[in-house]
Amino acid sequence: MNAQAPATAKPSGAQRALRFVLPVIVFAAGLAAWELVVRVKGIPPYVLPAPSAIFLTLIKDWPVLSQSLLTTLLTTLEGFVAASLGGIALALLFNQSKWVEYSLFPYAVVLQVTPVIAIAPLLLIYLEQQTAVVVCAFIVAFFPVLSNTTLGLNSVDRNLAGLFQLYGASKPQTLRFLKLPAALPYILGGLRIAGGLSLIGAVVAEIAAGTAGAGSGLAYRIAESGYRLNIPRMFAALLLLSLAGIVIYGVLALVSHLVLRRWHESALGKES
Amino acid sequence: MIETNTSPAADAGPTALAVSLRGVTKAYDNGVEALGPLDLAVRKGEFVSLLGPSGCGKSTALRLIAGLAAPSSGTVRVARHEGEAQPGHGIGFVFQEPTLMPWASVRENVRLPLKLGGVARAEARARVDAALASVGLADFADAFPRELSGGMKMRVSLARALVTDPDILLMDEPFAALDEITRFRLNNDLLALWRNLRKTVIFVTHSVFESVYLSQRVVVMTARPGRIQADLRIETVEPRAEEFRTSAAYSDYCRKVSAALAPSYSGQSLL
Repeated sequence: MNAQAPATAKPSGAQRALRFVLPVIVFAAGLAAWELVVRVKGIPPYVLPAPSAIFLTLIKDWPVLSQSLLTTLLTTLEGFVAASLGGIALALLFNQSKWVEYSLFPYAVVLQVTPVIAIAPLLLIYLEQQTAVVVCAFIVAFFPVLSNTTLGLNSVDRNLAGLFQLYGASKPQTLRFLKLPAALPYILGGLRIAGGLSLIGAVVAEIAAGTAGAGSGLAYRIAESGYRLNIPRMFAALLLLSLAGIVIYGVLALVSHLVLRRWHESALGKES
Repeated sequence: MIETNTSPAADAGPTALAVSLRGVTKAYDNGVEALGPLDLAVRKGEFVSLLGPSGCGKSTALRLIAGLAAPSSGTVRVARHEGEAQPGHGIGFVFQEPTLMPWASVRENVRLPLKLGGVARAEARARVDAALASVGLADFADAFPRELSGGMKMRVSLARALVTDPDILLMDEPFAALDEITRFRLNNDLLALWRNLRKTVIFVTHSVFESVYLSQRVVVMTARPGRIQADLRIETVEPRAEEFRTSAAYSDYCRKVSAALAPSYSGQSLL
């Protein structure tokens, strides 16, 4: 046991490097194999473009694609902000009054379990396109925020709640100094899920909308390129969407870590 | 019914009561009789231990005194300063767990009762520093709870209970989860604090040795629903110190208290 302890403690740095390096190696190997197969077999780009072709398309079509990326990101951001504020506000409302919770919670669940792709065409009939797309992103993303925040607000330590009662804390004081900080890790977890889901909601709605024009998002570009058999551009747009998702997740995970690092178990190293 | 006794006449004199329970019972919603009927009178400045088997309702009694729960019948009277605006400021409560806010520093945790009571920041800071110094944690004000040992967390909890300068300190098995050496040290620190500050202390424990070492009076309770089985005075040379722990008088008292406690465990399987 004693001999093992330092042995397991030491390679943590190397292990961390490996965890970073290994996926990169796999990625590079995959790309190389892909490129090789396309070149050796002479597969035409409208069937399967080589990675190099996709990369060139990305550069060549950057003016169009970057515009679309911006549109999609903006939609995602709007949906995310609406879902975060709406989810947290609704959870706070539920927490203040059981009656409100009992009355509204079933509908939140219904909204969550109904596939958004099926709601989107209806929304597009009744709402302006840009609004409809944001609403779709909101619908997909708000439920995890709502349920996580509710869970967090209900997980307050019973003795701490007793302590606040003992010192005559008012409802706003209890909310601000006890319930919200206690719920914070749960809320941040909900936001992390909501970030990715807003992007999915935005993409689904864009595809359902399918309208051309200067303000069209990446998902529209994918659909449009599909009709035109511009497969390299489809891949390039897909790549951008995927990168956007990774960046959104990374940013939210970083924010969560920075906010919680001083006290919450999830943000602490194993040894401390 | 909870009555607050604010008449100056009742406060006067050395034998004035800090806490009195009359015919208090507590039944939970599921019909379980947790407590009583219980009659208990605690004088001002007294150190009383409530000793009994697990689940005998001693923690419930403490929660009733603190006003965290209402009795099913009987009256709970707690003496307070006159002109005290909000409930609870006359009472400090230490839970079995440190019950600290993990997201706040030690200083913020100790400041909590003052913040909730609307005490100005500058005054609060001085009082928080004094409370931390009284439990020997002046150097750890900016640490977070997770950075502290179990004993230090308990000290923070104690400092928080003391920061409002309460008349009555209610302690619910505060040292039960600590190792013996830490517990002994905290026992001594608590005795020193009690001697200096002259607060009324009601200390719930299931340790015969701890109750005898600390208190002037040991109130032994029966199994659920908890009633008073015996009320024993512990008299020795004050101030008490480590020597008392190894004295003949101490083991004598421990034997007596154990004997009084034995019927509470009869009929219960030891496993």
